Amino acid sequence: MAQAIAVEARHAIKEFGSGPAAVRALDDVSITIREGEFFTLLGPSGCGKTTLLRLIAGFEMPTSGQIMLSGQDITYLPPNKRPVNTVFQSYALFPHLTVAENIGFGLQMQGRPKSEVAATTERMLALVKMEAFAARKPTQLSGGQQQRVALARALAPAPKVLLLDEPLSALDLKLRKDMQIELKRLQTETGITFVFVTHDQEEALTMSDRIGVMSAGRLQQMGSPKEIYTTPVNRFVASFIGETNFMTATREADGLRLSGGQMIDGPRGSPGQKVTVTVRPEQVRLVAPTEPGAIPAKVTALVYFGTDTHCHMELTDGTEVVARLQSPASGDDGLAQGQSVGLRFVPGSVQVLED
Amino acid sequence: MKQFSVTAMPGFAFIAILGFVLLYVPILTLVTYSFNGAATMTSWGGFSWRWYGAAWANVDVQSATIRSLVIASWATLISVVLATPVALATTRTAAFKGQSFIYLYTNQTLVVPEIVPAVALLIFFAALKTWTGYQGLAYLIAAHTMWCIPLAYLPIRARLEGMDLSLETAAADLYATRWQTLRHVTLPLLMPGILAGAMLCFITSLDTVVITEFVKSAGQETLATYMLGQFRRGITAEINAISTVLLMLTIVLLFAFFFLTRKRAA
Amino acid sequence: MTPNQITPASLNPAQRQARADARRNWLLSAPALLFLTAFATLPFLGVLVYSFLTPGQYGNVVWKFSTDGWVGLVLTHDVFDDTLVWADAHLTIIWRTVRLASLTTLITFVIGFPMAWFIATRPPRTRAFWLFLITIPFWTNLLIRTFAINEVIRNEGLINSVLMDLGLISSPIAMIYSDGAVLVGMGYAYLPLMVLPLFAAMDRFDMRLLEAGYDLYASRLTLLWRIVVPVIKPGIIAGCILVFIPALGAYVTPRVLGGGKNMMLGNLIDLQFGQGRNWPLGAAISITLAAVTLVAMLVILRVTTRPAER
Repeated sequence: MAQAIAVEARHAIKEFGSGPAAVRALDDVSITIREGEFFTLLGPSGCGKTTLLRLIAGFEMPTSGQIMLSGQDITYLPPNKRPVNTVFQSYALFPHLTVAENIGFGLQMQGRPKSEVAATTERMLALVKMEAFAARKPTQLSGGQQQRVALARALAPAPKVLLLDEPLSALDLKLRKDMQIELKRLQTETGITFVFVTHDQEEALTMSDRIGVMSAGRLQQMGSPKEIYTTPVNRFVASFIGETNFMTATREADGLRLSGGQMIDGPRGSPGQKVTVTVRPEQVRLVAPTEPGAIPAKVTALVYFGTDTHCHMELTDGTEVVARLQSPASGDDGLAQGQSVGLRFVPGSVQVLED
Repeated sequence: MKQFSVTAMPGFAFIAILGFVLLYVPILTLVTYSFNGAATMTSWGGFSWRWYGAAWANVDVQSATIRSLVIASWATLISVVLATPVALATTRTAAFKGQSFIYLYTNQTLVVPEIVPAVALLIFFAALKTWTGYQGLAYLIAAHTMWCIPLAYLPIRARLEGMDLSLETAAADLYATRWQTLRHVTLPLLMPGILAGAMLCFITSLDTVVITEFVKSAGQETLATYMLGQFRRGITAEINAISTVLLMLTIVLLFAFFFLTRKRAA
Repeated sequence: MTPNQITPASLNPAQRQARADARRNWLLSAPALLFLTAFATLPFLGVLVYSFLTPGQYGNVVWKFSTDGWVGLVLTHDVFDDTLVWADAHLTIIWRTVRLASLTTLITFVIGFPMAWFIATRPPRTRAFWLFLITIPFWTNLLIRTFAINEVIRNEGLINSVLMDLGLISSPIAMIYSDGAVLVGMGYAYLPLMVLPLFAAMDRFDMRLLEAGYDLYASRLTLLWRIVVPVIKPGIIAGCILVFIPALGAYVTPRVLGGGKNMMLGNLIDLQFGQGRNWPLGAAISITLAAVTLVAMLVILRVTTRPAER
């Protein structure tokens, strides 16, 4: 692919504090973000994703490593000299300035002519549909409106890269869904590279072109949402994104032998190796216990979710497995707690994990 | 039956109300006596403005008032100008060597009774006055400023600490230089703190009687030292009138301050 | 890199940035620090020097080393045989100062605590009103507050007039010019200084903690003692320091309400620089006062702060 690289982190290490008390927030992270893509940094709180974002924005300097922007080394460039803007988690709107003054702030600081500042502010107000609120102060706006102003303010100077630090976390569910669509629209319209930080895996899966999953200061996996979901490289990625089942198995010449003794199909490797395998709940099928090749199990709990039902089961060796079944129209799926059933995994759905 | 109140404590309301009464009886007594028309303070001679008239026409009161205002204005201005950069330097920064030293050193005068620096400056300025021959108001202004600096520093610092750090980060992100950030974001948001500090300095300077008494050259009475001196001579009626005016001024200033900060917060 | 560059090459840019920030912070603080050095620190060191000099005949000092200032603090020459004996007058004044300052702190706390609690537990609408009532005396000139209490307790003041009008007494009760009058005056003058920091701490106190306490069977006073007091301790310490320090150095109140005889340390110092014409002794007393204040502060902080919290 001939797409140019917008942002690159090379072996970025960031430690806070010094000496033996130093905390390593980023541990040798290298990452490439392509021009014009919607890239998401996903991970639990404290995984280092916000630190990486702050290194790109210039609010922090790495202990070692480099940050590149369009091939230029910007590692030690102060934030006000970087063509990169941020949408802050708290929005950080200036309370003493109006909405329009907030949006025009960046251009004003760059010393652009008044007419240009006014014109761009107009355009940005229109882009985020806030024309009617230009003269208001930020405190007179709702959370969603503040969010739009923060976006417009960061987009107004037409940055090369827009950084978004969990911008939707303060909004309620309904508004969050709307803003997700809105953000995606803005990204397509402006063509600006978006780097989005979130701990919400669903948000990451629905909005991103590519995702970087982070944990404990390290980059765990980088790829498209589909790749990340269907072929997670390790236990952390598999469990953090979506729900999943874990089982232990031993590799054999013609497949994988579960710890309970049954053979299943899966990726081949050197025989005799002990591995962890994972299967998503929607890839588990219930069959009659007598069917050949079925894995015997016992239903331990049934949890009704409306569109589907989660069937919790126990294999003969005690391993827990969950199957997500579509609820039948009649409402009666013919299952009961304690019932003996058989399991089968959809072909190709079994993944072997690295760890 | 009375509803159970979580916060009520036995006897507290009684003591509290009693406290408020005790606080206001003397003040109201003073205000009442200031309108006493009698020539001596031993009896009530009917309502009268005579002591206000006497104070107003008194050239000593006039010059002392002007001197107090001049000193307070200079001391306030210099204190705020000196203390604001210290507040900026000691908040929202990565810990640096000497940070707590600067904090303690700036607040050094807070932990001593006024009489201690008063004596120190008496000695210091006595030597300086003989050496330079200069006897002017600058000594009093310097002394009041020294006493006011922590009072300007603390509210400004408190305001800075309560300020959202991400606002300045946002300004830097939007291409503002350090100076532009200070000018367009930090200082406007800091205004209520600076105002509070300035008011604290101004009122403290007007109040300061011990330091003034020790530092002043001959003929440099301020309103506070004038009142203390008159009191010693047993002339209290006029003092009551001046006190009442000062009391009203304090209340007006307080109202103005509340109004100003509320409007800014909205 | 040029050889005369002083920044060690081993520092990474982040560390270099931190150094530049620290340098900038020192530069920003420098004017105020220099000003305070010139007009607070150095003059205080001057007091220390003066306390070891010889008094001049008409005030000021003669530049001759002497420890008489310090000796005179607690000892005096006997009028008859010139032997050194305890300076009872000074010791009485020191004792009065410490006693009155401590009692003032205690009284203002006992009345101020319920007042602060009362304000903090008012509904938001009326709270501003009560707070304003305490703010006015807080901001009113100390001199005016002292004059005000004088109007109440002097011989022709409010209390005596009322009692005499009621026929309860025939001649005024002498209340003024006594230790008691000074104590009442200081308690009155410093009460707002105690209430405001207490209120500030109580205002931040989460009243739901009380609900939790009642829920767990605590009585009102237990809650007060075991939950409220420990949580608002910083406010209590602040209030006590705010009252105790100016009370130790009180000058105006004892002068106005104590007359000439019920002196405190502040007045004794004043005396040495005025009629006493003994600057070294005055200097020694001021240093003692500063030292007593410092020790008292450390004691307050030590007693009220457990080691784990320090």
